[in-house]
Amino acid sequence: MSTITNSIFSPETAARFDRLVTLYPVKRSALVPMLLYAQDEVGYVSDAVVTEIAERLDLLELDVRNVLSYYSMLRTKPAGKYNVQVCTNISCMLRGGYEILDHCKHKLGIGHKEVTADKVFSLEEVECIGACCWAPAMQVNYDFHDNLTTVKVDEILATYRAGQGKDVK
Amino acid sequence: MPDVTFTVDGKQITAPAGTLLIEACKSAGIEIPAFCYYPGLSLQAACRMCVVRIEKMPKLQTACTTPVAEGMVVSSETPEIAQARKATLQLLLGNHPLDCPVCDAGGECELQDMTFKYGAGESLYAEAKNHREEQQWSPVVYFDRPRCILCYRCVRMCGEGMDVFALGIQNRGSSAVIAPNIPAHQSPDHLAHLDCEQCGMCIDACPVGALTSGAYRYKTRPWEMNHVATICTHCGDGCKTTLGVRSTSDGAEIVRGDNRDKSGINGDFLCNKGRYAFDFANSPERITAPLVRQPDGSLKEVSWEEAFAHAGKKLRELRDAKGGSSIGVIGGNRLTNEEAYLLQKFARTVLGTNNIDHHRTADYVTFAQALAGQQGRTASWRDTQSYPAVLIVGGDPTNQAPGTAWNLRADVRLNKARLYVANTDEIKLRRQAKAFLQLAPFGYGALTAYLAGDAASASNAATNTSALDTFRDAVKAEEKLLILIGSELRGADLKRLIEFGLTIPGAKFALLSDYANSRGAADMGLLPDMLPGYVPVSNPGPFAEHNAPTKNGLNMLEIFEAAGRGELSALYVVNSNPISRYNVDPAVLKDTFVVVHEMFMTETAQLADVILPAANLYEKGGSVTNSYGDLQLVQKAGDRAGVRTDFEMIVRVADKMGADIKALVPFGKGLRADMGQSRGAQSGEADRHAVWLTANNLEPKLSPFDSWAILDEIQRLVPGYNLLRLQLLSGNDQHLEPAAASAASANRRDLVLPSGDTLFTSGTLGRFSPALNDVQRYQGNEPLIQIHTAAE
Amino acid sequence: MPTLVSHPDEVKVISRRFGQGAADIDKYIELDGYKAVQKAIAEGPDWIINTMKASGLRGRGGAGFPTGMKWSFVPKQSEKPKYVLVNGDESEPGTCKDHVIFLHDPHAVIEGTMIAGLAIGSKMGFIYLRGEYRYLLKIMEKAVADAYAKGFLGKNIFGSGIDFDIVTQSGAGAYEVGEESALMESLEGKRGVPRIKPPFPAVVGLYGGPTVINNAETIASAPHILLMGGEEYAKIGSERNGGTRLFGISGHVERPGVYELPMGYNLKKAIYDVAGGIKDGKKLKAVVPGGSSCPVLLPEEIDVGLDFDQMGKAGTMLGSGGIVVLDETVSIVEFALRTIAFYQHESCGWCIPCREGTDWIKKTLTRVYNGGGSKKDVANVQYLAENMMGRTFCPLGDAAAMPTLGFVKKFRKEFEDYIEGHKAGTPIITVEQLVGAH
Ligand SMILES: Cc1cc2nc3c(=O)[nH]c(=O)nc-3n(C[C@H](O)[C@H](O)[C@H](O)COP(=O)(O)O)c2cc1C
Ligand code: SF4
Ligand code: SF4
Ligand code: SF4
Ligand code: SF4
Ligand code: FES
Ligand code: FES
Repeated sequence: MSTITNSIFSPETAARFDRLVTLYPVKRSALVPMLLYAQDEVGYVSDAVVTEIAERLDLLELDVRNVLSYYSMLRTKPAGKYNVQVCTNISCMLRGGYEILDHCKHKLGIGHKEVTADKVFSLEEVECIGACCWAPAMQVNYDFHDNLTTVKVDEILATYRAGQGKDVK
Repeated sequence: MPDVTFTVDGKQITAPAGTLLIEACKSAGIEIPAFCYYPGLSLQAACRMCVVRIEKMPKLQTACTTPVAEGMVVSSETPEIAQARKATLQLLLGNHPLDCPVCDAGGECELQDMTFKYGAGESLYAEAKNHREEQQWSPVVYFDRPRCILCYRCVRMCGEGMDVFALGIQNRGSSAVIAPNIPAHQSPDHLAHLDCEQCGMCIDACPVGALTSGAYRYKTRPWEMNHVATICTHCGDGCKTTLGVRSTSDGAEIVRGDNRDKSGINGDFLCNKGRYAFDFANSPERITAPLVRQPDGSLKEVSWEEAFAHAGKKLRELRDAKGGSSIGVIGGNRLTNEEAYLLQKFARTVLGTNNIDHHRTADYVTFAQALAGQQGRTASWRDTQSYPAVLIVGGDPTNQAPGTAWNLRADVRLNKARLYVANTDEIKLRRQAKAFLQLAPFGYGALTAYLAGDAASASNAATNTSALDTFRDAVKAEEKLLILIGSELRGADLKRLIEFGLTIPGAKFALLSDYANSRGAADMGLLPDMLPGYVPVSNPGPFAEHNAPTKNGLNMLEIFEAAGRGELSALYVVNSNPISRYNVDPAVLKDTFVVVHEMFMTETAQLADVILPAANLYEKGGSVTNSYGDLQLVQKAGDRAGVRTDFEMIVRVADKMGADIKALVPFGKGLRADMGQSRGAQSGEADRHAVWLTANNLEPKLSPFDSWAILDEIQRLVPGYNLLRLQLLSGNDQHLEPAAASAASANRRDLVLPSGDTLFTSGTLGRFSPALNDVQRYQGNEPLIQIHTAAE
Repeated sequence: MPTLVSHPDEVKVISRRFGQGAADIDKYIELDGYKAVQKAIAEGPDWIINTMKASGLRGRGGAGFPTGMKWSFVPKQSEKPKYVLVNGDESEPGTCKDHVIFLHDPHAVIEGTMIAGLAIGSKMGFIYLRGEYRYLLKIMEKAVADAYAKGFLGKNIFGSGIDFDIVTQSGAGAYEVGEESALMESLEGKRGVPRIKPPFPAVVGLYGGPTVINNAETIASAPHILLMGGEEYAKIGSERNGGTRLFGISGHVERPGVYELPMGYNLKKAIYDVAGGIKDGKKLKAVVPGGSSCPVLLPEEIDVGLDFDQMGKAGTMLGSGGIVVLDETVSIVEFALRTIAFYQHESCGWCIPCREGTDWIKKTLTRVYNGGGSKKDVANVQYLAENMMGRTFCPLGDAAAMPTLGFVKKFRKEFEDYIEGHKAGTPIITVEQLVGAH
């Protein structure tokens, strides 16, 4: 049973949040992961998400927005179903990260932080994702893809477009 | 804390251990630049302007976060430090508009001062600066983002100081920005806004021109104003405020309220009203010529002479024909003490009546009587800054006495004071409270009975009676306790609460009232049964020399009841609006001759036969006494052609009635001056004042219209008003204790009617403040039509 | 899935169980798992701390602070609960070593956290992973759940009468949150802005309680150290730099990967032998030896031992052990720009020198890179970086300034030539403003 009536989240997520707040000495500690999990479900951190999370954690909405705007993975606008995040940081750059990014831009027809018209893909240039030794690398949602080549990128995008990509959450 | 000794720039300094280096330096006259540091707010170490070199430390250290330690060796100005500061400024200026001449903070900007000092003026960068439109966040708060240096003073001021938390920091890195609590996309006009107390404290704290005030902005330059320190007219706290005044064609207009000297009890603080609601004084609705009702019922502008003559003649006739007891007098809560004293003296000695009252917002008579014979038991407002424990029973300082709430929050935050709140409502200060006792509706009487030992009352006081026990025990265990009492507590309840408090040896009391001089009005005897200083009318003691009637007069309600019976021949109202306040049927006054001193055409003024246009508290000098009994100086700031002080008008009317003005106001140069050392001289007090002024290099300006002329008499006759004149005239507050002679009279009607003012209202006067009206409308959630874009 | 690499020069301590399915708790136990923590319980806190001190283990998060000493700073008595906080925010460009630990040996992190908890008398540990590491977080979550299921976590662990809980936590995208005090803020649900020090976390940390914060690799090393003995572990490494560490070698090398090498191992050998030399037979231009914040080394400077002290002497840092190799084709102007763009993006914005400094250096280098530079710009960049050094609220400012200074000092001529040659040049890459799109 969710502690919140009329939760905007699915029963599973609501139950997860109910538990999450009990794990810490101070329930506000749940804020950052909660925002991310909420985004995973809703697609972005909507006003309704802010309102409910503020309520769950006894915070002001302003507080939630202060925190949310700090973290670069959190967004307040919808992304595509598959958010393609290409690393161009140093190790990836040295091994063709920018070519991968350009290829994605070209292939998807969108730029940084843009969403395809069919809302299937969005694209982001991101900072180092901790896959430097397997560069160039990217993430599609939370799924890592490394040692990329443009050919490999095409295959990956195709898999997702066909709805067969992994969707780690 | 023990003292430690350390060296700064070769100078030996001693300070208590734990003192922040920046504060210790300041006390020793060494000024260390700081943007993010703000005394009393949490430490940030963000701006890096305060860097100093401390021996044995590898890097420059921030003086704002370093506690002093024994033997520390500090350099505060070396080429290395100057370079660090210069670079910091250069970095800031990289994105900061360099248009100080047009900036609203120009001349009062810490960034401008620092840039000048460290020579960081010329820009190193070729890149375009980030430009953004100025935003209007509320009727009073404007934000100019490029000027913001992200010192976070405003955020802390609002959160820690105000407990409002309406400002936040959003984004990060160079995109970081101060954000108000209503995001643009959630507001009807798609602009970001502030939903808050509109106190302007954030603006006051802002070291640059990023936050500016709606009222003052771009009206004038700081150096084009005169600054007058006086006391806010809006609530019983009596904040010291500095009014910025500019000459106009018909007087002097007040253009800004702030508290730049910070020497008042309020320290940094002013609330929305204190900061912005001075503008009633500039209202076009001011009455600026005397008005006399004509036989046809209309009001006609007449000369002052004619108005005074008419009022004086009629009052004299009525007094002589129907007796003083047929005349009623109602005084205001925003008169100076001198005016209030004069008014009651005028009523009692010239009109010959004790039918005098004022709109009472707290039962000071019982308060004084319950503390009769006690010494050192009344609290000064200053005590709210430092007392280790505070109990608030009733009241809601956050809304009714914002300065008190500010001090209490600071006391809790900075001194870890223990705050106990007992209230029928969940007042906001419970958030700072160590214990909050939720009282049952109307539970104050039961609470005081319970505290007095009547265990049976417990269940009427609070639903949770065990919480009640715990609360009482915790309070009783305090050694030094400040007991603040709301106006809900009156008569027997108030007395019982004070008696309970008196059992705690270190307890001190204060009774909160609503207006700038509510306390003064009571202290000065605007009461039908009490002379000044709570001396009973029936036993005038020191006032016997006035030969006033010794029978209690009619109180506020009785005056209008008498009018209803056709027994009130005249009513003399000084800056009060009883018709509206007490919902009086205007018809009751149809046969009463009514004289009103007023600024505006209030419900009461509309019924008057003579309207005398009055100056307000910002337009005159004198003294006022706040809720706590702290006496403070008010000084004339604004000026308006066509209005006079109440003091002068009373004297003029008395004169026209044929009164002996020398007896009413002892003025003029006499021969028996005694330098003011002795108390109790029967005459020559005006001279004492004159001599005192001369002795203190002040110019004596004495006329019967100079309200100071009556100060000696107040000092001589009013119990408890043995004031220190230098303290008063130099603008410092002093605490006075009431010295009621007797115990409470039984079954006295207290007649307390709280003003019901909120953060954005201020009695009748507030209705004429455009600033308050704007804010009310804005905070009242009407569509935000008042909000314009900055371009305007 | 990251490929595992190996080389004969490797000394496998932390990576012992990599590739053997040790994420499975039974496999982990089979491979000596959860023995160290039982030994720790038996021997007590003093023994743990002494063993850690003897091991010479220095923090693998970057600063290289001796771990045993850090643990010993935590007051024995404390009114507030004490905590262990494992830093798995791993975001320093060039660094992906904790990644493989979480992937291959999650229980080692759990066991290490328990050991740290026992050492300082804490009952609760947090393991914080950067938000991007969701699949690793799932692995960690499962490992924690398995450990609870076995009764290794929770009440009365291993019959000791001691309780210990672990909570895993996800970040949401912020490099600065790897800084220990910002990490605590983030874990408390706030913006990742560092705290004023002192007080240090060992005294006033999470929720105001004394807190030990260690990098995931540091923590994962602890069980191995307790099992093999501190002195044994110390022997593997170099002077005052005990043991081994995971080095991620990336960029222009033939065999990039994460290798476990003894502390003090020669950098040149690491690049040329272990990682197979420069990719495609090109010439080496420069090495960023320990993650992007470490000042660059020239080819002639890389004959140096990989430990905290030797790298310090060489004018750079061991940092997070992420060795980034640049071949002759790399434009240092572009590389410097990409580096500062990262710090500009990740600056928390709290203090002026870092917030404004990273922004202006990035803006200036962007203009230079796009062909609008002048010689004065190089001097300005250096001036800015010099004035950030040591003046910021937390080390991120230094982390941005140091590499920048390295580039403009060691490659000044390249900058000047670039400016000369690119007067009307066209942009090659655009470095996006990644933040602020919210
Ligand atoms: C900007 C910045 C980022 C950091 N990021 C990390 C990180 O991602 N992981 C980490 O373990 N330490 C990081 N650190 C170092 C930590 O502050 C801290 O020193 C470390 O976690 C301590 O653990 P150790 O002693 O085991 O190295 C970072 C430091 C700074 C200044
Ligand atoms: S005006 Fe007062 S309440 Fe409003 S944001 Fe500023 S400080 Fe806060
Ligand atoms: S608005 Fe003013 S007070 Fe607030 S952070 Fe900016 S400069 Fe500081
Ligand atoms: S708290 Fe009262 S006295 Fe102070 S500024 Fe506000 S209204 Fe005026
Ligand atoms: S150096 Fe300053 S702005 Fe940069 S990350 Fe640290 S605290 Fe934030
Ligand atoms: S640089 Fe791309 S993953 Fe690290
Ligand atoms: S005043 Fe010390 S850092 Fe700002």
